[in-house]
Amino acid sequence: MTIKAQLFITCLGENFFSPMLKDMVCVLERLGVQCEFPEGQTCCGQPFFNSGFQAQAVAPAKQWLKVFGKTNGYIVAPSGSCVDFVRHHYTELFPAGTREHTVVQETAARTYEFSDFLVNVLKVTDVGARFPHTVTYHASCHALRGLGLREESKTLLRAVKELELIPLNEEETCCGFGGVFSVVYPEVSQVMMENKIKNIIASGAEYVVAGDPGCLMNIAGGLHKHKSAVQAKHLISILAAQ
Amino acid sequence: MNQTQSPIDFRANVQHVPPHLPAAVRRATTKFLGTRQAVVDVVGDARWQTLRQAGHDLRLHTLNHLDHYLALLEEQVTQAGGIVHWARDAAEAQQIVLEIAREHQVSRAVKVKSMASEEIGLNRALLDAGIQTLETDLGEYIVQLADEGPSHIIVPALHLTKEGIADLFHAKLGVDAPPDPTALCEIARTKLREEFLAAEMGISGANFMIAETGTLVIVTNEGNGRMCTTLPPLHVAVVGIDKVVPDWEAVNVLLKLLPRSATGQKMSSYTSFITGPRRATLEGGPKEFHLVLLDNGRTRILQDAVARETLLCIRCGVCLNVCPVYNHVGGHAYGFAYSGPIGAMLTTQLLGTPVAGDLPFASSLCGACAEYCPVKIPIVEILLRLRRRVVAGDRVAPAVAPAPLRAVARLGSFAFSVPWLYEFGTQALKFAQLPFRKNNWLPQLPPPFNRWTMARPLPAFDADFRGWFRQHTPAGRRREQKKRWGLGVAVAGVLALAAVIFSRRKK
Repeated sequence: MTIKAQLFITCLGENFFSPMLKDMVCVLERLGVQCEFPEGQTCCGQPFFNSGFQAQAVAPAKQWLKVFGKTNGYIVAPSGSCVDFVRHHYTELFPAGTREHTVVQETAARTYEFSDFLVNVLKVTDVGARFPHTVTYHASCHALRGLGLREESKTLLRAVKELELIPLNEEETCCGFGGVFSVVYPEVSQVMMENKIKNIIASGAEYVVAGDPGCLMNIAGGLHKHKSAVQAKHLISILAAQ
Repeated sequence: MNQTQSPIDFRANVQHVPPHLPAAVRRATTKFLGTRQAVVDVVGDARWQTLRQAGHDLRLHTLNHLDHYLALLEEQVTQAGGIVHWARDAAEAQQIVLEIAREHQVSRAVKVKSMASEEIGLNRALLDAGIQTLETDLGEYIVQLADEGPSHIIVPALHLTKEGIADLFHAKLGVDAPPDPTALCEIARTKLREEFLAAEMGISGANFMIAETGTLVIVTNEGNGRMCTTLPPLHVAVVGIDKVVPDWEAVNVLLKLLPRSATGQKMSSYTSFITGPRRATLEGGPKEFHLVLLDNGRTRILQDAVARETLLCIRCGVCLNVCPVYNHVGGHAYGFAYSGPIGAMLTTQLLGTPVAGDLPFASSLCGACAEYCPVKIPIVEILLRLRRRVVAGDRVAPAVAPAPLRAVARLGSFAFSVPWLYEFGTQALKFAQLPFRKNNWLPQLPPPFNRWTMARPLPAFDADFRGWFRQHTPAGRRREQKKRWGLGVAVAGVLALAAVIFSRRKK
């Protein structure tokens, strides 16, 4: 039976990382997964929830549920943060007793972050990619601590042909994005980002890889500001390279 | 609600961080985290996780039965010959301590480091009443000399360098102080020795209070705690009601977690167990022992089922050490005695959202703190709960977010839940960005979007995936073709209609 992936492209993915989304389809199809794009998806509601506007997170979350609740197969997103939110906070938005509660439980349980889906569902580590460059990896907080994905991305990267994975000092330290935090306290966000950039440059790698659009916007922006030659890429784009 | 009545402006505070501070803070926190890891590794991860869970469960059990354990504690302390006082807030606690001091004609007091006394501003109250009060923990002694508050829960002078401390000693004590830790320590030791012997009252907090025997547990590394609680004839302990634990078994678990998480020690140099004042048959210890049980907002914290777990905290400070925000801004930016993630949670609840509403947002929600917390406080969940309290209000406190911000959130929520509007927005932004676009970046955006671009450029909006995917699959292509035919027919129809109307008008 063909495995189906319902693409949950996320709002940051859609607005800032179109090529990465196409790479996601490319990698999944290469692995024999049938991709579907549920129309009508917008944003999971996390930006509202994390800003304290938890009542305002309900409407986007309802829309997400309306779109994905009726799909079948796995739901796959290029972001640990959005998946963490759907899996661990939707039941707060739709507590036991609400009409949506059972749909939430069923739908959230089949929602996966990309590397989690590859390594732990498809049981694939070598996707047949080739990337002849030095690469260092930044662990995104929500995938790491929210979903417990500590090794998955690195396992996938290690299997890429001709790729040399260089350890990143303070790999698991937040890059300073933090969603609303980055605009509420830009000065603090900036020093955290600059510390991350310093470590990335010191690693000597040509590329820095992360699995979350939020971190990538922050890190790529920081590297651009510092006129660094290091490029920030989503894990998926590395896995798509041949 | 005390001390900091004016609102804490975290953003303003972080802009006044001394340039040497982040490096000094990181040096210390990195060292602590390193030693912590070593002792935790010895315990082994599986056993450590079991201990954390046990710590969490027993602390939560105590909180949920606080009335029972506090009553038992009072009974036991009284039975051991101690005198128990209850203080609803900071003012009451200060008053009680001042009364005791007056009764005993105290003119000099020595103190063990205590966050509760920092919280209620006890030193200031005593000094104002003419009682010379001296901190005897080295770090606390230093910040007292500098007329500052502690910048770390367990390392009060963490933000200072040895050069800075040497200058301070020279200025305040009038001694020749070299920037050498051993020499500085010796200077303080000599000064403090005189004070221990002269003091008429010793003041302490406590790390735990054991209900079943009415015993205070004080964990220190310098021995000053023992001096303060045994040399003076009077010992007054001011302790938050959250510090009670049921029994010695519980303390056994918590004493495995606390020093390891705090300083990376298997055991601190001194762990003192104090049950009442001296017995007639014994020589040492104070003649009189008072325990002031401090609420100061703690029972209010209990009201919220999620945020309540803030009170599980055993003040080890590891959440500060591992926090990337704390490491860059230091403790004083948090504007109150408590800093880092525990400060963001506790201060907000103790002082209320109108004063401390900035603090729950002073976190990137990276969750490192929760991963390290020895009693598994769900820190991220609590910060989220408090953020909600700030913007929307709840049964504990009213909302403080400005109305325009709430209007924007409602508008955004609407736009994000209507698919065509959202999709239209993704395309409209590609045009709206044109005046600001430089290659693939938006280097500078007007307010309020400059809150992002002041730190780094924004990648250009490039949404085109939906269109691409619709063309990507055969089914999608057919659907698109149908849509195009439909659109063509509609446009042709409209044009024909327009032509007919137009030609009729001409006639």
